Amino acid sequence: MKILHKEVLADTGGVRITKIKLSAPDIAKKAAAGQFVVVMVSKEGERIPLTVAEKDQASGTITLIFQEVGLTTKLLGRLGPGDSVYALAGPLGHATETKNYGNVIVIGGGVGIAEIYPVARALKETGNKITTIIGARTKDLLILESQLKSLSEQLYITTDDGSYGKRGFVTDILQELLAKKQISYSLIYAVGPIPMMEKVSQITKETNIKTIVSLNALMVDATGMCGCCRVTVGGNVKFSCIDGPEFDGHFVDWKELQKRSSIYIDPEQHICRLQNL
Amino acid sequence: MKKEPVNIKELDPNSRITGFNEVVCGYTEAEAIEEAKRCLQCNNPTCIEGCPVEIDIKKFIYQITQKDHRGAYFTIREKNNFASICGRVCPAEYQCRKACVLNKNKKEFPFASDGTINIHFLERFIGDYGIKNNLDISVSKNKKLSQFKVAIVGSGPAGLCCGGELAREGIEVVLFESLHKTGGVLRYGIPPFRLPADVLDAEINYLKKLGVKIITNCVIGRTKSIDDLFKEGFSAVFLGVGAGVPSFLGIDGETLGNVYSANEFLTRVNLMGAYMFPQFHTPINIGKNVIVIGGGNTAMDAARVSLRLQKMKGLKPNTKILYRRTEVEMPARRPEIEHAKEEGIDFNFLIQPIDFVGDEKGFVKRVRCLKCELGEPDSSGRRRPLPIEGSEFEVECDAAVVAVGLKANQLLTSVTPQIELDKWGDVIVNSQTMETSMKGVFAGGDIVGGEGTVIEAMGMAKKASQAMINYLSRQ
Repeated sequence: MKILHKEVLADTGGVRITKIKLSAPDIAKKAAAGQFVVVMVSKEGERIPLTVAEKDQASGTITLIFQEVGLTTKLLGRLGPGDSVYALAGPLGHATETKNYGNVIVIGGGVGIAEIYPVARALKETGNKITTIIGARTKDLLILESQLKSLSEQLYITTDDGSYGKRGFVTDILQELLAKKQISYSLIYAVGPIPMMEKVSQITKETNIKTIVSLNALMVDATGMCGCCRVTVGGNVKFSCIDGPEFDGHFVDWKELQKRSSIYIDPEQHICRLQNL
Repeated sequence: MKKEPVNIKELDPNSRITGFNEVVCGYTEAEAIEEAKRCLQCNNPTCIEGCPVEIDIKKFIYQITQKDHRGAYFTIREKNNFASICGRVCPAEYQCRKACVLNKNKKEFPFASDGTINIHFLERFIGDYGIKNNLDISVSKNKKLSQFKVAIVGSGPAGLCCGGELAREGIEVVLFESLHKTGGVLRYGIPPFRLPADVLDAEINYLKKLGVKIITNCVIGRTKSIDDLFKEGFSAVFLGVGAGVPSFLGIDGETLGNVYSANEFLTRVNLMGAYMFPQFHTPINIGKNVIVIGGGNTAMDAARVSLRLQKMKGLKPNTKILYRRTEVEMPARRPEIEHAKEEGIDFNFLIQPIDFVGDEKGFVKRVRCLKCELGEPDSSGRRRPLPIEGSEFEVECDAAVVAVGLKANQLLTSVTPQIELDKWGDVIVNSQTMETSMKGVFAGGDIVGGEGTVIEAMGMAKKASQAMINYLSRQ
């Protein structure tokens, strides 16, 4: 559980996206696209889920990419090569179903780009033609562009402020692509902020294209024991950790998910203030 | 002979709710001897039949009267490696004490009368004596068995028990735990004021002394499959993965903020240390009005944890239990119901929640309920609660804990199709050997029997360990 390598991928305007490579031979052996691990930084720490962005079975390593938003990710970002995390368990959740769908659009917003990357790679390996749309607030926060470019037939980029690619949102591009009707897409795979995934799902519902989203619900044990990560999908309560983290975007109760993801905003801000983070 | 039971010292209710210190203090040696002397030493003792692991209760109590605590310790150890745990958490009034000849309660009464021997307190006294005096038993050097390696999946009561039994025979035991700490429900579920962490650690240390290797953060079914374990050279596997998945009521508003499963509520506090926030980083939202729904031990634990969190936060303790039957049908341990009452938990009987109502931010603000009356007995033998039409009322709350039971966690079994399950998702075993439909794989505890007690899980694990020893001997 030792960190072997660390790289800051983006650091601007108080937002930092960090990549770490950890020694985890057992997890590297099993991890598949779409799965996540649980990390505890210290023995006092929280258990948080992070998607496995890359794995290398030969060297027994996994790579995690995370935005330093809350206490735990900020503390994790302070660690460097040679440091160890207190606990690391996984891979958890179901892997992405990676068959040949045909033409696929993968959409990543912000640090969600790190989560579509392993899926895009796995979909490419199973013969899919990948169109990728990635977006960030500003140019300096855009990650994994070259890696995704090499996997994609087309790569579209948006930034909120227009500093790079097209000004606007990933959903603008999605709408344009679907309106052209040049290619028939069989799958849309989207990860990003909740409003982004909700908008993607709304757009694709009109034309009824299968849409998979990967949800970042709050978790504790992440093995089905506590139910903290419950989410309503098609009127049924599911646990993101064992039933997901991927769900059909057309059936997710987004309003509820947004509210549930904000349950601990107050204590989170309090503890970050106390620790000057 | 003294007729009245020797009372056990407990922390004062007003002071104990300011923290998580153990409530029941345990007998002194003099008290233990005095209580032990009340035992009639029956010619045909019935108490032993009431114990799922058949501890020779008559014998160890006699040894206490002779001040032979060391002997008493080994008498218990013959059958049970975890006297300090079981002495604290066993529902003795439903088991050995109910079978005690001094029980004056009528047959239809589910638990023992107060005048029965306090067998559990005596067991605890002896267990703690063993820990204090570092009493160990030697491992048998069975050459044939010591060549085998066995994997135990889950470090809860069943896994710990099975691991201990096998290690005592000289078998190499590796115990896999998915969480970062061992103990399973003994750690994440039972609060430290009932089972202190140092007692649990001492009992688990005993396993380490027996040579059991413990690997945490390893999720069997994900990190490794059962096939992987066999490929790695394990000759047999024991599954003690517990029940796991919390049941909910299935009513509207259950996904509102601050509606917790009891598992989540207790895990945040007991395992993750949320009561020490912000020194520990896992938060819990506790407010002025907390309600707990359910009538089992988990509901009592959640309510008493909630009350402590309120007190520690400087709030006026106000935690209500809502239960759909009446006090006598509550499955919780009688002493824990008494403890909860002493601490000021507000019990409300014959109430069934119908939905949760939230505020604009998505947090729960009240629960709507119906009053109930008791009808005919159901399949559990308890009288069925029947909601009364038109009796609707509301209870204000800013957090709610749902403690209505657990279902099987199929994380492991869903990727192991060789293991047959029943319609509830529990593992089907041969009731004599606890062997599953997968060769060399045995199981015990809640993944087999649904929700049982710690000692029932240990009883199954013991049975499995015997069968596993036979299985390995035939190899």
